[in-house]
Amino acid sequence: MRADLSVTINGQPIERQVEPRLLLSDFLRHELQLTGTHVGCEHGVCGACTVLLDGQAVRSCLLFAIQANGHEVTTVEALSDGLEDLHPLQEGFWEAHGLQCGFCTPGILMTLLPFLEENPSPTDSEIREAISGNLCRCTGYQHIVDAVKVAARKMGENGRS
Amino acid sequence: MKPAPFAYHAPDSLEAALELAARHGPDARCLAGGQSLVPAMNFRLVEPTVLLDLNQLSELDYVKETRQGGLRIGAMTRQRRVERDPAIARLCPLLADVMPYVAHPQIRNRGTVGGSMVHADPAAELPVIAVALNARFRVRSVEGERSVDADDFFQGLFTVDLEPGEVLVEVEIPPWPAGAGWSFQEVARRHGDYALAGAAALLTLDEDGRCQMARLLYLNVGDRPVDARKAARQLEGERVTDQAIAAAAQTAATEEIDPVADVHASVGYQRHLARILTARTLRQALARAANGSRGEG
Repeated sequence: MRADLSVTINGQPIERQVEPRLLLSDFLRHELQLTGTHVGCEHGVCGACTVLLDGQAVRSCLLFAIQANGHEVTTVEALSDGLEDLHPLQEGFWEAHGLQCGFCTPGILMTLLPFLEENPSPTDSEIREAISGNLCRCTGYQHIVDAVKVAARKMGENGRS
Repeated sequence: MKPAPFAYHAPDSLEAALELAARHGPDARCLAGGQSLVPAMNFRLVEPTVLLDLNQLSELDYVKETRQGGLRIGAMTRQRRVERDPAIARLCPLLADVMPYVAHPQIRNRGTVGGSMVHADPAAELPVIAVALNARFRVRSVEGERSVDADDFFQGLFTVDLEPGEVLVEVEIPPWPAGAGWSFQEVARRHGDYALAGAAALLTLDEDGRCQMARLLYLNVGDRPVDARKAARQLEGERVTDQAIAAAAQTAATEEIDPVADVHASVGYQRHLARILTARTLRQALARAANGSRGEG
């Protein structure tokens, strides 16, 4: 049994027929080739698959694609078109060495985007709490916290979010 | 790691949802926020043949103040909304305080109040708070409506007083006990993870400064929210001295909780945590009750 899905992904209207059991994470990766969204644990622990649903950070592995019907989904691909056009959040991670292998990074960026819009100059402990639902096994988190502070400064400077 | 196939329904009214629930009976599972059900489906620990997605039911997404000063919270209200709702902060500071402990922000953006109650994980915060506050649960089916005390609703591990065809629609929290002090604390390996143990304390003082009413509730130290009634009764009518707190903590930790060891904590460690958390929460609740503060402090 397939169901009609009509969803806006990164500003683009998408119409598809999907099996109801198809997870949003798999829909993004396998049907739309938006492989920036990573799948780590597939049970809501690691945070690598975090995307925005109507502007709020959610685990895409804990949503069925069909549940996004009529909603807006934003993935990490929406942040920039390439190296020449990095989002200040990405620039912050670049400059402060906020990633090593990069597997967790898309989920962390998408978690931080609404967080920094709401809280443009967070403290260290607020940052740590904000990313508490995202696992990184490389960096020890310190550089990520530094990167968020760099990004927050940049986002404040050029008013872009 | 992919869910088994199921028939999907997303009813757009409670009435339609109840009809579907009645028609499919035990084959159907309700999908609320999905933050516990979908992981279980991904692991194929749960394989419902029919999934009733309640996320279209905006009629169950509300926080209302009752005339008596209590709260009525729709079952599909997101945890994130409860965390930020000014009426909840004002009328029920214990609930407001506990929200940041409920998993991580991404989970609270989807997770619902009703979903957490029906899932009835003994390590979850919301069931403990519901029992501590003597909440009542409104349950609907095509047959009609009934109301269940939180204490009766939670029957055991992942088990609640809900028959096939029934849907939890509302959590009603009675008015805050006048002048009550409160505290919630837990010990987790990482903020937002499941706690090794947690405790909620609620108490009121009479004009002589003696404890009038006490509630002590624990999470992850039994198969459901553990209500330490004996320890609470020990405090009632007494001055809440350090000795009284230590005695209550000893009773709760040795006689009333029933922890099950896992890889993260032995039974002995959980009893230790329960003792420490009892003392910490009672002291904080006492200070707040003594200040007569509400919503802050």
